[in-house]
Amino acid sequence: MNFTASKQPENCLLGPESDSQRTLYPYVTGTSVVALKYKDGILMAADMGGSYGSTLRYKSVERMKPIGKHSLLGASGEISDFQEILKYLDELILYDNMWDDGNSLGPKEVHNYLTRVMYNRRNKFNPLWNSLVLGGVKKGEKYLGTVSMIGVNFEDNHVATGFGNHLARPILRQEWHENLSFEDGVKLLEKCMRVLLYRDRSAINKLQIAKITEEGMTISPPYSLKTYWEFAAFENPTQGAVGSW
Amino acid sequence: MFRNQYDTDVTTWSPAGRLFQVEYAMEAVKQGSAAIGLRSKTHVVLGCVNKANSELSSHQKKIFKVDDHIGVAIAGLTADGRVLSRYMRNECINYSFTYESPLPVGRLVVQLADKAQVCTQRSWKRPYGVGLLVAGLDESGAHLYYNCPSGNYFEYQAFAIGSRSQAAKTYLERRFESFRDASRDDLVKDALMAIRETLQGETLKSLVCTVAVVGVGEPFHILDQGTVQQMIDAFEIVAEQEGPAAEPDTEAGQEASAEPEPEQGAAAGEGVAPMDI
Repeated sequence: MNFTASKQPENCLLGPESDSQRTLYPYVTGTSVVALKYKDGILMAADMGGSYGSTLRYKSVERMKPIGKHSLLGASGEISDFQEILKYLDELILYDNMWDDGNSLGPKEVHNYLTRVMYNRRNKFNPLWNSLVLGGVKKGEKYLGTVSMIGVNFEDNHVATGFGNHLARPILRQEWHENLSFEDGVKLLEKCMRVLLYRDRSAINKLQIAKITEEGMTISPPYSLKTYWEFAAFENPTQGAVGSW
Repeated sequence: MFRNQYDTDVTTWSPAGRLFQVEYAMEAVKQGSAAIGLRSKTHVVLGCVNKANSELSSHQKKIFKVDDHIGVAIAGLTADGRVLSRYMRNECINYSFTYESPLPVGRLVVQLADKAQVCTQRSWKRPYGVGLLVAGLDESGAHLYYNCPSGNYFEYQAFAIGSRSQAAKTYLERRFESFRDASRDDLVKDALMAIRETLQGETLKSLVCTVAVVGVGEPFHILDQGTVQQMIDAFEIVAEQEGPAAEPDTEAGQEASAEPEPEQGAAAGEGVAPMDI
């Protein structure tokens, strides 16, 4: 009889290393993060939901955090992996500050560091299951980039993760322009977040918007978006539908 | 310095609180051929004297590019210098790869100093016998550092190391106040003048010296012989009395006295002692 204690899934490819733990699936996840560059810096929005599969289990998860003096990190995906990344970055910033020499890591440096971390984990088949958005301002230069769980990274004027890529980016492509004012930037982000709220199952109506400029980072208290559910198309949605499922 | 019973290994203190092996290592730096460095707000220039052993051989490489924004000139055991340059290049390239940003020279210098310190506290090691003049740029501007075999490092506006460096240092001390806002070309000229001081009467030719520059918008590179010779020719015409009380010298133009240079071609017989000016 087989009394082995280790549980190897059928698709195990590890062989001798199969007893070690590696991330196979995410458990508590955050949904989209959307961010854009505006006149004075970066604006980033994320809701406060942590889903446990299809259950919207946690409703006060802060998915955006400041990093050092110049950067802001937003994450979607596995929340515990996000917390792990924050630990790594905490140490990074600590050592950077300990030099005490007038040099500091800016958003570009942090973004590239994260890219290296994510890519190296992916190479070991033990990814940090997150899509990250890293924005910041240093010496007047605005920076906004993203890294995925497999290490794909790039910068752009506006970025989003997950569903945001499909629902928010098209809106941003149409309506984003250089030197948005703060109010216009917020309105644009709220428009994106509203669409996500209507159409993304894992979105909740409790969000925060964070802003980072040369002066520093501020994050709004949680608030909700106004929604309208009385559209005619929402009443009797199956009327006139062809077929059924 | 004389031999004594406390100088056999680096982990023995003398009663006076000295580590003789470390001090002997610093002697090795003084025996090497001269290297000088000077900086302005935006540029740093390194220069060194390059004497070949014989006419048949090429000269030692004493200036190394470490990264686009950092270079180093060495004096002392050049083999040790080569190895440390490789370490510095490695550190720079690793940092660049991880952060896509140049390693701030101040941090590199501290890492180098820590590495040198280790060799002063292990019985199975010896201190590096090389002094390094590290020139580089970072967020706060242009910097020049001197790394010592003892593991100390200092930041300088201008400095000279190696044999007969005192002559160059005297020259630099007289002129350093003008370096901060000097133009790049003036800085290079000052470097050549300082090198000339260490040659003590010998003709300054581009064959015997090497000059390198790094600055804002200008990656570290060694100037080619032709350019160096041109600059030498341009200022050799100016008489030897720049310097003392009078700080005229925004060279280019100031042909104060157009005396034909006695040095040029004539042997040491003239008895000119440049550092006495």
